[in-house]
Amino acid sequence: MTIRFDLSEGSLRAQSHYRQVALDQMRPISRKYDLAEHALPREWVDYWWREGRFGAKGGAALANDGFVTICLQAEQLCWGDAGLYLRMPTPALGGSAVSAAGTKEQQAKFMAGFREVGGQPIWGAMAITEPHAGSDAAAIETTAEFDPATDEWILNGTKIFCTAGEGASTEPGGFVVVWATLDKAAGRAAIKSFVVPAGTPGMQLLGCEKKLGIRASDTATLRFENCRVPKDNLLGRAEVKKQEAAKAGEASSKDSSKDSSKDKGFKGAMATFDASRPIVAAMATGVGRAALEFLIEELARQGVVIRYDAPPRERTAIEKDVIEMEADLQAARLLTWRAAWMMNKGRPNNLEASMAKAKAGLAVTKITQKAVQILGPLGHSRKLLVEKWMRDAKINDIYEGTQQINQLIVARRILDYSSAVLR
Amino acid sequence: MIDFEPSEEQALIIETVHQFAENEIRPRSRETDESGVPPQALLAAAHELGLVANGLPEAMGGGGARSALTGALIAEELGWGDMALALAILSPGLVGFPVADHGAESLRRRVLPGLLGPSFVPGSLALVEPRFDFDVFHPKTTARRDGDAYRIDGLKCHVPWLAGGRHVVVIACESEGTGSGAAGPLAAFVVERDAAGLRAEPEQNMGLCGLPTAELVLEGVRVPAESRLAASDADLRRLIDRGRIAIAATALGAARAAFEVARDYARQRETFGQPIATRQAIAFKLADMAIEIDGARLLVWEAAAALDAGAEAARQVRLAQDQTARVALVVADSAVQVFGGHGYIRDYLPEMSLRNLAGLASYEALALV
Ligand SMILES: Cc1cc2nc3c(=O)[nH]c(=O)nc-3n(C[C@H](O)[C@H](O)[C@H](O)COP(=O)(O)OP(=O)(O)OC[C@H]3O[C@@H](n4cnc5c(N)ncnc54)[C@H](O)[C@@H]3O)c2cc1C
Repeated sequence: MTIRFDLSEGSLRAQSHYRQVALDQMRPISRKYDLAEHALPREWVDYWWREGRFGAKGGAALANDGFVTICLQAEQLCWGDAGLYLRMPTPALGGSAVSAAGTKEQQAKFMAGFREVGGQPIWGAMAITEPHAGSDAAAIETTAEFDPATDEWILNGTKIFCTAGEGASTEPGGFVVVWATLDKAAGRAAIKSFVVPAGTPGMQLLGCEKKLGIRASDTATLRFENCRVPKDNLLGRAEVKKQEAAKAGEASSKDSSKDSSKDKGFKGAMATFDASRPIVAAMATGVGRAALEFLIEELARQGVVIRYDAPPRERTAIEKDVIEMEADLQAARLLTWRAAWMMNKGRPNNLEASMAKAKAGLAVTKITQKAVQILGPLGHSRKLLVEKWMRDAKINDIYEGTQQINQLIVARRILDYSSAVLR
Repeated sequence: MIDFEPSEEQALIIETVHQFAENEIRPRSRETDESGVPPQALLAAAHELGLVANGLPEAMGGGGARSALTGALIAEELGWGDMALALAILSPGLVGFPVADHGAESLRRRVLPGLLGPSFVPGSLALVEPRFDFDVFHPKTTARRDGDAYRIDGLKCHVPWLAGGRHVVVIACESEGTGSGAAGPLAAFVVERDAAGLRAEPEQNMGLCGLPTAELVLEGVRVPAESRLAASDADLRRLIDRGRIAIAATALGAARAAFEVARDYARQRETFGQPIATRQAIAFKLADMAIEIDGARLLVWEAAAALDAGAEAARQVRLAQDQTARVALVVADSAVQVFGGHGYIRDYLPEMSLRNLAGLASYEALALV
């Protein structure tokens, strides 16, 4: 063990492989599906299902950097196109929830379809957000009621902003993990997650949002009306723990990563964010890098080469901006890798995951906006992708915990405050 | 294989240096800032730890374990104790490292044993020049060949100048003709502090008051050819990069100290019936300080690792240096703000942090790793 920044062979292979995938499969259709907002990017989805999901040939045999390698994949593919990345047929966040909180049987059952060779593409999704509950996930109102007569859970409510929700709710074999409360009065302790297989009667796709960016991604509204799922589709245990209810204020982000066992109810559900935030941070870094690389190349085409050795007072405004953008992007990337590396080590990374997400979300928001600004008319033009990257980048500072929510988590950690004290 | 864990040896060094910083440096931080004289006993105690000696060649009695990364880890902990004292403690390296890296055998024998002896002997490096448009890679100070010697002329500032030092490494531009144009490659010379033609005037600066520094006037200073280091322009650029990493790491330590006192203060200071840290305006500031410090540190580590690997590191060093300069100033200013009026008072750390961490961009190579 020692501090080192060289990537393993497997990581390097993944990096170059996914860069090529991004160049060959994503960039050429990037604008097409930005314009065709709700269309299914057929060529991309088919490619991913047929080939993409199996990774680089021979890559699996090489030593890799675990979650850091996954972050590299996310970064490269979002360098290609963040919207298309979110539209890939994968279990996505739904899969993370099943892996984190599901039993062996549940994992085998729900993930099987994603391992099948051949067949039709399928999707997984996670539905937490509701019209009146976003950042405050504990305020959700979707209910789950047990029907002893049929041994089923009955879900009622409306979920919004569900990424990949269209595919996951309609294509047989996929599923949506839905958060619901067993007892609104019991607070966080009563919030559980349920696997709702695609096509389950009572789950209805109401439509997809029109958005600023990541337009290739289906952001769905799902309605649950007496939607019945088998008893075993509950992830974790059904009882509402007393002490968790008592410590409700302590739950959520604060303690989520302290213990790693399954069934921790709301805490366990929130802990999946410790795994997903570094990936979102890596996705952000990919979009930011796309814009920054393009900016540097375009400047070079115009004869402006960034001088890293010019003394501070001789640097042009553009050089100053670009160097600052590069430093911010690299700081975000390294914070991301650190959070991912901690997962490899099985260490609690709640603080570091939020640090990475907060830094990356804001850094790439600023970097892409600055790129548009520096490039002037080129920045605004839809002939190029810079304006799209600016629109795509912004979501990273919003979902998976907004900038402010991640600042809250970091602040609670460094101050040793509970979410009741600092909210 | 990427890894963020210090080696066992590094972890031990960090712990040892941190203890020293906590028990010996921090308690003397304020008084040294006010007096401008680092306590001799403290410097002697630091010398015993062998932090600089560890990086000097084994053949000369050093530890032979030179590493920019380990050096950065040490510098951060020392800087956490006090930035000025950290630089004073590291000052022997300003002469020791360049001579060890590039000095002729005779020069090494003349200079290194003194630094590795039983008592603390400070070193000096004259690099920065007192002009707003100073370009570190193109100093105006010139060195002209003059028979079997060199003649050095120029003006330097921010030169660490602690009592008892014997040598100063002067960075100049090698110049052919007699004109004032200094367009040649960088060259470095080991000059006796009492050489004829060298005048040192003590500086008074806003920050780093605990580190005695001087402005040097060099007028026809003659040094034997042997005193010229066998370092190419590229070598010296790398040396300067090592200095940038050293300063960045030290500043990060100082910024971390400012963050920690602000965090602790915010938890106990109450307004309107509640600790100010429970207000988002304060809590988010603290969160941002923590995030930015960690981000800058990783940039410093990455650049240091690149230097250790002998890779091209100029761009990475530039990113790390700039980011640290930005972050350190914001952190120091935020610490003052969190303390409110008390932040303005010299009884508390933040006012010193702000003075020490402003204008970092003009501190080139006040230390080396
Ligand atoms: C394109 C897209 C895809 C998404 N995908 C998914 C998905 O797959 N699954 C899913 O469940 N959700 C998803 N979301 C939802 C997303 O996670 C939420 O939008 C986000 O958590 C914010 O919630 P909100 O929109 O209700 O904003 P609000 O919670 O209403 O927040 C509004 C503002 O107030 C700030 N704020 C809130 N609370 C605090 C506080 N305590 N202190 C300080 N500031 C605060 C927020 O930072 C924000 O700036 C998606 C959203 C979008 C736009």
